[in-house]
Amino acid sequence: MSGTGPRINIFPTRMALTTMKTKLKGAQTGHSLLKRKSEALTKRFRTIVQKIEEAKQKMGKVMQVASFSLAEVTYIAGDISYQVQESVKSAQFRVRTKQENVSGVMLPTFESYLEGGNAFELTGLGRGGQQVQKCKETYIKAVETLVELASLQTAFVILDEVIKVTNRRVNAIEHVIIPRIENTIKYIISELDEQDREEFFRLKKVQGKKKKDQQAAEKERQLKDAQDGTQNYDPQPADLLERNEDTDVIF
Amino acid sequence: MAQLSSYKDRNFIAVIGDEDSVTGLLLAGIGHVNGPKKNFLVVDSKTPLSKIENTFIEFTKKNDIAIILINQHIANDIRPLLDDHDQAFPTVLEIPSKDHPYDPEKDSVLKRVQRLFGE
Repeated sequence: MSGTGPRINIFPTRMALTTMKTKLKGAQTGHSLLKRKSEALTKRFRTIVQKIEEAKQKMGKVMQVASFSLAEVTYIAGDISYQVQESVKSAQFRVRTKQENVSGVMLPTFESYLEGGNAFELTGLGRGGQQVQKCKETYIKAVETLVELASLQTAFVILDEVIKVTNRRVNAIEHVIIPRIENTIKYIISELDEQDREEFFRLKKVQGKKKKDQQAAEKERQLKDAQDGTQNYDPQPADLLERNEDTDVIF
Repeated sequence: MAQLSSYKDRNFIAVIGDEDSVTGLLLAGIGHVNGPKKNFLVVDSKTPLSKIENTFIEFTKKNDIAIILINQHIANDIRPLLDDHDQAFPTVLEIPSKDHPYDPEKDSVLKRVQRLFGE
């Protein structure tokens, strides 16, 4: 009953009861909304997870093809790694982020774009230029796949976080806030009932006292009346000597 | 949550990997050199672990890197660091290398997926 469970420290009045009832309604609405949000996010989350698994497998294949084409380059043009590493200046392949809104959660997605000129124009000039070009294209495709996967992974991490927070809130409302408000409402109702009973009892008591007083007054009045009556009917006091005369005793 | 400012100016892809992976990715044009700072690290058998760790930490702290690509066999060496990295940005992506086929069992993200779905 009212004594069990935690409750909000509040003075039990009718107004507080109304406030609490509004609060309870608000908490219930919030709970159902958050629950729906969490469900929508989870649905999205599952799709993303599925996509990640697919993309990871695709990545394996793409990287294999890319490695193979690099091997071709090495076979024809010799080891170009040193040359490539040294001629790097500014990134040509860059990414920018865009946002996507899923139930109020901003999910960033990466988008790749090319900027500036090719830094490796001279690579493979001697021989194997075609292979180098082909290898470059293959790797660009591979990196595009990787960027796609990275977006999915970022979305995964963010969604994971948001779902955790939402679920925590849902549980907090369901298991802490709503029971507390309910306890408070019960407490206020029981206190109000108690007050009602006290009031009733007080009224009864007052009534009883009034009745008693009335009766006492009535009695007194009757007594007074009675006294007045006897005085009227028999004003003279009884005289022993006058009335009951003893007969003379004759020996 | 992730603020707009935290990823708006992230443009680059960093890479930690063996010579072939790095060469290939650089050929695709992701390399960016700013003075002495590069956004790639070539790891061979002689590279000390501390250097890999420091580079990884440096990449995660730089605010112009959107994605870190790392070869899975290298990622395995610094697995605790990767598992600790729970920020959304930069995204750490494990890629297969020529000599080491991709093993989904070891991927930190896929491990998290599996843990979440209780498989």
